[in-house]
Order: sequence, then C-alpha cells, then structure tokens
Amino acid sequence: MDKNRINEFLIEKGLFITAIFSIMVIFVIILFILMEGLPAFEEYGFFNFLFGLAWSPNHGEYGVFAMIIGSLCVTLLSLLMAVPLSLLCAIFMAEVAPNNIRKILKPVVETLSGIPSVVYGFFGLIVLVPFLRESFGGTGFSMFAASLILTVMVLPTIISISQDSLRAVPHEYREASFGLGATNWQTIKNIVFPAALPGIVTAIILGMGRAIGETLAVIMVVGNVVQIPSSIFDPVRTLTANIAIEMGYATGLHYNALFGTAIVLFLIIMILLLVANYIRYKYKVDIGGGYL
Amino acid sequence: MDSKLKVVIIIFLVVGFVYFVINPGSTYERIDIVGSTSVQPLAEKLANAFMENRPDIRINVQGGGSGMGIRSTQQGIVDIGMSSKELSSDEKKDITVIEIGKEGIVVGVNNKNNVFDLTIEQIRDIFNGKIKNWKELGGPDLEIHVITREEGSGTRSAFESIVMGDTEIKSDAVVQSSTESVKQSVASDPGAIGFVSLAHMSNDIKALLVEGVEPSDVTVANGEYLLQRPFLFLVKGENTPVLQEFLDWIKSPAGIKIIKNENIVPN
Repeated sequence: MDKNRINEFLIEKGLFITAIFSIMVIFVIILFILMEGLPAFEEYGFFNFLFGLAWSPNHGEYGVFAMIIGSLCVTLLSLLMAVPLSLLCAIFMAEVAPNNIRKILKPVVETLSGIPSVVYGFFGLIVLVPFLRESFGGTGFSMFAASLILTVMVLPTIISISQDSLRAVPHEYREASFGLGATNWQTIKNIVFPAALPGIVTAIILGMGRAIGETLAVIMVVGNVVQIPSSIFDPVRTLTANIAIEMGYATGLHYNALFGTAIVLFLIIMILLLVANYIRYKYKVDIGGGYL
Repeated sequence: MDSKLKVVIIIFLVVGFVYFVINPGSTYERIDIVGSTSVQPLAEKLANAFMENRPDIRINVQGGGSGMGIRSTQQGIVDIGMSSKELSSDEKKDITVIEIGKEGIVVGVNNKNNVFDLTIEQIRDIFNGKIKNWKELGGPDLEIHVITREEGSGTRSAFESIVMGDTEIKSDAVVQSSTESVKQSVASDPGAIGFVSLAHMSNDIKALLVEGVEPSDVTVANGEYLLQRPFLFLVKGENTPVLQEFLDWIKSPAGIKIIKNENIVPN
C-alpha cells in the first residue's frame, strides 16, 4: 500500500518536472532574446526601430517596418490561398470520401509535411520563380512566389488537424440532422462544420505559425529586398529571413538589432495567437457539459 | 558480478576524467587564427592538413570578418589574422602581411545573353541602377535584373570596394544569401547579372570579360583582371617556431597544392 503511494508520488512529481522543464526552456529562450535584443532598442530607439523604413547595417540604420509588412503580407496571402483549399480538402476527407480513397489521401498529405523546407525552396527557385518571371514580368522573386510555396507547406498542417476535429464531432449530431431530413451537404455546412470550428481555428493558427516562422524556403524565393511592396509581384524581405541572412556577419549593434528583429517577430506571433484564441473562445460549442 | 562490473567501469571513468582534467593537452602548441569569413574555409583546410602531420599542434580557425582579423592582430590577441582586403598604410604599422593567394570575382550573366565584355564603369552603372536595359549595352531588349549578396558578405564588400566607388548597389536589387543561389538565379533568368567568386564559377552562367580581360587563374595572378582581392595572413612581431613552421609549410608544395585545390591563385 505504502509502496503504491510512493510510486504515485514519484510519477506525479516526475510528470510535473517534465512539464516545468519545457516551460523553463521557453522562458530561457525568451530571456536570452530579450537580453540580446533590448540594447538595440535602447541605442536606436524602440519606435525608430519598429517604424524605421531603412535597414542598412553598414550605415547604422536599423528600421524593420518594411520587414514587418513583408512578413505579414506573405503570411496572410498564403493563408488566403491555403485556408479554403485545405478546409475543403479536410471536409472531403472527413465527410465525403469513401474509406479507400481516404486511405490513399491521408498518407499523401502527411508526406507533404515531411518534405524538408530546403527542397520546397529549391523547387521554388528552379521552377516557380522562372515561371512567374515569364508570366508576370519582373524578376520572379516575389511575395507571391513565397506565398505559393508557403501555401503548399501549411496545407498538411491545416488539413490533418481540421480533419481530426471534423471527425471528432459526435455521430449523434449527424444522425439527428439526417433524421430531420437534411442532405449531406446541409449537415456538413450547418452542423458538423460549426461544431468543429474551434478545432479548425486551432489548425489555422498552427498553419499561420508555420508560415510566419518559415525561413529557408522563403529566403530562396522572396528576393530579400527591404522595401514595402506595391504589388504582390514585388520582392520583399521577411523578419525571419533578415535574421538568418545576416546573423553570420553581425557584430555589436547589428547583432543586437537582429535579436531585436526576433523580439518584434515574437510580439507579432503573440498578438496573432491572442486574436486567434479569442475567436476560438467566442465560437466554442457547448455539448453535454464538455467543449469540442 | 554485476556490481563488480559497475565498480570497474566507474573507476575507469573517474580515472579517465581526472587524467583529462589534470592534463588538458599540456603537450599541445596552439595557433589561433581569426578574421575574414572568405579566407576561413581555406585556412581550415590548411590547418587540418598541417595538423595531420603534426598532432602536437592545435590550430583554431574562427571567422569574424577582415576588420576583426586586423584589429585582433594589432592587439596581439591572435597569432594569425585573416583579411581579404588590402591593409591601409595606417593598419600596416607593425603588422607583417603574408599574401597566401588571390581570388578573382566573376561578373556573370545568363548563358543566353550576348553581352560579353563590360568596363568597370558599365558594371558600376548596372549595379547602381543607372543602366536599366541590356540594349543600352548592345544586348537584347531585356530589363536588367541585378542580383547581389547580403550586406556583410566578403564577396560583396570586395565587389563594392573595387567596382562601386562612391555609389551604392541599388536598393531594390534582389538579395541572395549564397554563391550557389546567385548562380541559380542568374542561370535561370536571361536578364540577370550577379557576381560570384572565381573559385565557385561553373558553366551554368557566363563570365563577362572586364575591360577586355577574361577572368582566369593566369589573368588574376598577373593582375590583368581587375576584379580580384588578396587573401592575407597577418602576423605581428616575432614568430614562435611553431608559427613560423606553419607559415613556411603554407608556402611549400604541399600547402600550395591545397590552396590550388580551393581554386585560389597562390603567389
């Protein structure tokens, strides 16, 4: 009896320590980024840094505003393409497709997420960029090229998670709907989809996180020009690309400014997460004492 | 039996650990090399080959840029500084400069482009945005797409100091973060122009003649090809015997072979 209690105690504390450990890691990272990045804000001024238009380390100019716009535009544009595509695909796989088709589709979608980002980037550089240049003019290195690549990259994330949440909707819901004489599409549109919405929003958040954080594939196709784009065919530079490109050479204030860029990225992701969580909270569905 | 084995293993580990703590390579001589990231790969190759024959010497190679190489040599922090640009007479004070080789910088265009010879001035005007179309240079009626490297890149700063003069590379030039991606971008775009080091040149893109001189090992070595930069080792004061041995070895046939393998033109 006593032995059981000790076991219980050890397992409980063990789990606690593991949980604490992962949180600790995040805090250590945040602390490190803040310590390295804050000197840049102090020396250059937070608002100069945030809203400055010129980024030119050789001339001591560190404004990241164009890159904030670049990151947000690339991410939003890719979500604009990826969300409808992946939701329709998830609905098809979860509700419409017969079992044998689903058995083929699921591993294919999962393979998509296993392809390394450098392969996506190289594909973009060799195939997509020349294609865009011939079709739309310019250099081909553009926001649009990066968004297209990111669209493909976030598809598997959004598809698999939203598909899981669609399938988690209790069968009674569907049966009740069919019982009232609704067609399959009416059931999906009015019952299953709204009930699965919180899970779908989670899927979109995770997809967004992947899009805004993706670096390597984006660097290869986005052109990395520090400017505010006037069309989707203009090259831009994203925050992550800025850090990755220049980290190798940076010393002194330049080094701090790159960590400052990381802080800005961090803030943006936090804000987006808060907004998304609010939406999820607002649309959650109450079923029999629990939430979906 | 089991516990005896454990005890034996633990004793071994403790003894080994204590040995390494008390005796941390006291027989090693150290050489620290710091500086230009362009010279770094070559210096690492040289160091590794040298250490194979002399296991009693440890050579540490670190990047940081030419500026850092010059500064830390002046301050005497490191044994050898690396620089990929000539030193000003001010910087040269009490530093001995050893040139281990020269590297050419190739201005490359797409293989389909029929422009083959440009002056430095024309290249400057292309990169600062004054010349916008290939037909101004006798080429096809195509917009020029300038592809450059990121700020801080050794190749870019060498290119800027030789070609750009007081002007700047235009701000809307596409930035690629490696030699390979510059080459790929130029190879796939008929209107593109970019620069890569001669060492990384291949048939994917067409090397332009600069002022009528083709970039090659020969023209870089005799100075006819203007877009080149030196690879320098900097030392200060009296060399220790080990350091002198390393520097002599670099100039020996074995060292020169390694330099040539890296496509650097040795002196």
